[in-house]
Amino acid sequence: MSKRKTPGLNTGAMSDISFLLLTFFLLTSSINTEQGIPRKLPPPKTEDAKDVKVDINKRNVLNVLVNFRDEISVNGDVIMVSDLKARAKEFFANPSNDPSLPEKVSKPIEGIGDFQVSKGVVSLTNDQGTSYNMYVQVQNELQRAVNELRNETALQYFGKKFDALDSAAQRAVSTAIPMSISEAPPMDYSNNGAK
Amino acid sequence: MSRFRKEGKKETPELNMGSMSDIIFMFLFFFMVITTMREASLKVHFQPPQATEIQKLEKKSLVANIYIGAPISKNENTLPPGEVSVQLNDQTIKAEDLVGDVRDFIGTEKESRDAQDRDRLTFSLKVDKDVQMRYVNTIKQELRKNNALKINYAAGKKVVN
Repeated sequence: MSKRKTPGLNTGAMSDISFLLLTFFLLTSSINTEQGIPRKLPPPKTEDAKDVKVDINKRNVLNVLVNFRDEISVNGDVIMVSDLKARAKEFFANPSNDPSLPEKVSKPIEGIGDFQVSKGVVSLTNDQGTSYNMYVQVQNELQRAVNELRNETALQYFGKKFDALDSAAQRAVSTAIPMSISEAPPMDYSNNGAK
Repeated sequence: MSRFRKEGKKETPELNMGSMSDIIFMFLFFFMVITTMREASLKVHFQPPQATEIQKLEKKSLVANIYIGAPISKNENTLPPGEVSVQLNDQTIKAEDLVGDVRDFIGTEKESRDAQDRDRLTFSLKVDKDVQMRYVNTIKQELRKNNALKINYAAGKKVVN
């Protein structure tokens, strides 16, 4: 038998089929990367633990209130969302050791050395009628304040931005600039309060 | 003259399309790998709020979604006092079953993960931006009671000029 050349298969239709599959996946899938603002809830109340009023010095608390009209008040001053970051940053950093801003305790931190850690806590209270959008904006601004401070600290001690650090250094910077938000139980003025 | 005509009649060689499908298949696999099928169809309107300081969640398999928003169809269960539904898996829940349903949801989600992953399970709250906080607060309270403390407020990336 003579060696006969096998006829070439027409593979043009193959690409049609794979194109079809490709478009199917393109249309049905959504590249919805799971992203958002991660938070940790406080552990549930245990039965025997009574409501212990922890005596926190007034200067160490930043009271952030959001009402049902999505207005923000910080320690009694009504401000805009855009000003919240600056307020929170000033509160956490307290660069000039202002006696009305939170006190600091010196704490030895691995990789950084002694660092003046702020004792400030943001107390966040929202109304039941607050919109979720505003709530996220407030959380976002507070997070932004902390992130900026962490970046500054990271640049100062490690010469890199926070995101570029390894996990040990990130932990050190996070200990130096803690993210301390405490959420108070929500108030409810929108139903029976002022119209 | 005849010489020219002869040259014009030269057939163009056929293109080999075999490798074309290889390229397309590569695309196909790429998309198959990076995408996840939405496991439940949405029963509520969900438009996430925009934020700048968002982080990506580490692992998609360690995320359980809770949707809160205005119902798409009229016969969905809503929570009092308003037109907001909470969707767990593929169902909106009734107001009177809320406590039990959320507890069961957390229980099954935790059980379907390995023991070492249970603590890393994140509950992603996918809440529409127009929803009032009262519904979110209720769900958060239930999560807290059931020791599901790792949560995430789903948000889109805000483009800053």
